[in-house]
Amino acid sequence: MKLTVDGVTHEVDVEDDMPLLWVLRDELGITGVKYGCGVAQCGACTIHLDGTAVRSCQTWAADAEGAEITTIQGLGTPDNLHAVQAAWVEHQVAQCGYCQSGQIMQAAALLADNPSPSDQDIDAAMGGNLCRCGTYPRIRAAVKTAAANLKGA
Amino acid sequence: MSRLGTITRRGFLVGSVAVAGGIAFGTYTVRKPHANPLSADLAQGEAALTPYVKLTREGITLITPRADKGQGVYHVQAALIAEELDVDLDAVMVDPGMPSPAYWNTALSTEAAEFFVPEAGTMQDLTIGAVNAVMKTAGVQITGGSTTVADQFVKLRAAGASARETLKQAAAVRAGVSASACQTDAGQVILPDGTQVAYTDLIADVAQMRPVQDVPLRDPSTWRYIGKPMQRIDMRAKCTGTQDYGIDAAVDGMLHATVLLNPAQGAGIKSFDGTEALKMRGVRDVVPITGGVGIVADNTWRAFQAAALVEAEWEDSAMPAEMDGHWAALDAAFTEEAQDSRVRDDGDMDAALEAGSAIETEYRAPYLAHAPLEPINAIVRVDDDKVEIWTGTQIPRFTQTNVSRITGIPAENVIIHVLMMGGSFGHRLEDDVVRQATEIAMQMKGTPVKLTYSREMDMTHDYTRQIAMARARGTVADGKVESFDLGIAMPSVITSQMGRQGLPASGPDSQIVAGAFEQPFAIPNHRVTGYRAAPLAPLSSWRSVGASTNGFFYNAALDELIHAAGTDPLEERLRLASDDVTRKTLEAVGEMADWSGPMGNGKGRGIAFTKSFGVPTAEIVEVTATEDGIKIDKVWVAAEVGTVVDPVNFENLVQGGVIFALGHAMNCEITYTDGVADQDNYYSFEGMRLPQCPEIMVRGLENGDRVLGIGEPPVPPAAPALAGAIFAATGTRLREMPFNKFVDFV
Repeated sequence: MKLTVDGVTHEVDVEDDMPLLWVLRDELGITGVKYGCGVAQCGACTIHLDGTAVRSCQTWAADAEGAEITTIQGLGTPDNLHAVQAAWVEHQVAQCGYCQSGQIMQAAALLADNPSPSDQDIDAAMGGNLCRCGTYPRIRAAVKTAAANLKGA
Repeated sequence: MSRLGTITRRGFLVGSVAVAGGIAFGTYTVRKPHANPLSADLAQGEAALTPYVKLTREGITLITPRADKGQGVYHVQAALIAEELDVDLDAVMVDPGMPSPAYWNTALSTEAAEFFVPEAGTMQDLTIGAVNAVMKTAGVQITGGSTTVADQFVKLRAAGASARETLKQAAAVRAGVSASACQTDAGQVILPDGTQVAYTDLIADVAQMRPVQDVPLRDPSTWRYIGKPMQRIDMRAKCTGTQDYGIDAAVDGMLHATVLLNPAQGAGIKSFDGTEALKMRGVRDVVPITGGVGIVADNTWRAFQAAALVEAEWEDSAMPAEMDGHWAALDAAFTEEAQDSRVRDDGDMDAALEAGSAIETEYRAPYLAHAPLEPINAIVRVDDDKVEIWTGTQIPRFTQTNVSRITGIPAENVIIHVLMMGGSFGHRLEDDVVRQATEIAMQMKGTPVKLTYSREMDMTHDYTRQIAMARARGTVADGKVESFDLGIAMPSVITSQMGRQGLPASGPDSQIVAGAFEQPFAIPNHRVTGYRAAPLAPLSSWRSVGASTNGFFYNAALDELIHAAGTDPLEERLRLASDDVTRKTLEAVGEMADWSGPMGNGKGRGIAFTKSFGVPTAEIVEVTATEDGIKIDKVWVAAEVGTVVDPVNFENLVQGGVIFALGHAMNCEITYTDGVADQDNYYSFEGMRLPQCPEIMVRGLENGDRVLGIGEPPVPPAAPALAGAIFAATGTRLREMPFNKFVDFV
């Protein structure tokens, strides 16, 4: 099947029901997408499917055919950060950093939908993304900074 | 370039991969130093100025041997070297280096000595020296116990200073000027006439020199990095998905594996049938390993799917099958025969209790998983005469020895590349994932095998935090706490953990009473007794170790005595504080929160204080009792660390420690049914989520004379401060974690 990831189309030969997470990581080597729980409890594997944040561990490869798949590595790069990534760096959010790919993808989708989220909106959107290091205070602050910067842009 | 190249992240060299054409600098003023581990790998045109600074044509590499599991110690270690070396952090490479006895951990023995000789002074210094001698001889390279900063604060700056002065000397000799007339800045020596000589142009010169030793360290007033907000060197990579962790590493020709282990942790396997699994697409082999089966495939998901099809017959576990049996073992340990230590025994407790006790209470703390978000994993390739390992680990030298024993290949031919960890909280002090990957790889020589645990296997086969129980009594008079007797029972974490590394642990276990026996409170009659329960589930160090349970027991019981005395929990702790830094820590947190007694309107505050890992830490938690349950509103933390190395990372680690501790206190436990862990993923072991996260205010204090780490100390006081707040808001005393067995949380 053909999958379009971060603007590049790849031909992959996998089972229809292989979770997109494992196609990305093991077949395509896009390891910025993280495995944390496999059951949509942690959000570390969050990607965008046609702009919507989804858990790639719960998305079948076959269901992603024909869609625009965006990963953390396609959102921005170290030399060309997306506004959400820039806010994350500004607030020095990460500790171990393992959940942050998913946190950033979730936050980017939130701000694309809702440029001025309230505290409650942030809580509701980010509640499914677990951070075992406990960087939540910085995540909250970074989402607000990103929102302000995106509006100013 | 091989796939190995892809794990060489920008700014990070992995092991010896990039060693080509380049010198290495350390602080070797101790007698008979360990050999400089960088010297052996140097190629033509490289120099090692101490074990911490290496110069190659490609540039300057700072070696940061303490492992990074998220606490930012690669950054902190690099900053300490750079402070004296005069290099810009964004212009150097940082590499954890290869495991070596030269990187032994000095600070681990300090806390141990305080247990055996609690009074500061000559005897304690002698004990620290003796323990250190053992640590050094064994070359114990461990990351743990919040020791990185304490251990490296002087060592790494001295290494940077030695390297800088050696480079200056080299440039001065070449130019025929005096070294003292030269300056250094941004990786260059600046000669008196203003000529700049790059450090990397001096490789051939310094390679012939003995490093300049005993260089005085710079005055704190001149520090460029230490104490200033820093930009962590790993931050950009971690925010762009380009930071490779162990689980992301790839090696040419690698296969993906997972394991199916006896559901009852640690018990053996009788037989297995891999026929159905082998029929699955991509499955290459199903092989026996100790206590289970390895499933090898061309993709991790296919290995997971196939593992579910392996049929196995398991041996029985020796562990009590049900939780009642575990608690009964703790209950049975409160005896004279099982007494492990009574280091704290002030006044005359028996006489004080003759007229009766103001409280007779019992407290409980459950088993907990570490559950770092990156499931544990390792890549191992076994060849005829060599083993190569890629993994995140806090104990690389132990692992070398273990893999050598399993394979029969000498330890010097067991090469470990230490990779970034997606959290640990102590889980990476265990290495069975490496041992299992080695057993699988031995059955397919020459093929690198990447073993990844499923989340379920990671959680159910973790080595848990200790289960523990405490009993308290005491007396009060005239509004004061007069006596406090605390007995704590748990199995020995250290014996369990060290036993798996083949190390006998004799004598009492300080962790049974850590976070209680050494608390700086002058209560006229004060006794802390440790009781060693029989081994139950296998245990390992969990962020703050003994203090993670004992900080709760100590503060919860002290709160009940203070309540019986009818006085204020902060005021009474201040009155009892036996040293100045403790008093200042308590005063600071009280001032931050504007503590002023009961709040009313369904709101309540609790305070707790624990000195752990040498760090006096005080926390106040504020909650509101709402119709939907307890809402945690705010937390204030004051912690005394001598010097705050990086205020931004400090605040992040303290907030994270509080959230980690509150989350587990709210809703986490590992329980066993029929010998098998009941919780296997985050839906049943959740911790705190963002909507529940309170506002957390942090202050780092610098009144003490020891520079200390902050990874663990914020954990112990959080749960008891929450319990105190819930009592203040609702009148409900919580004596057992997790608290959601008794109250709801919003």
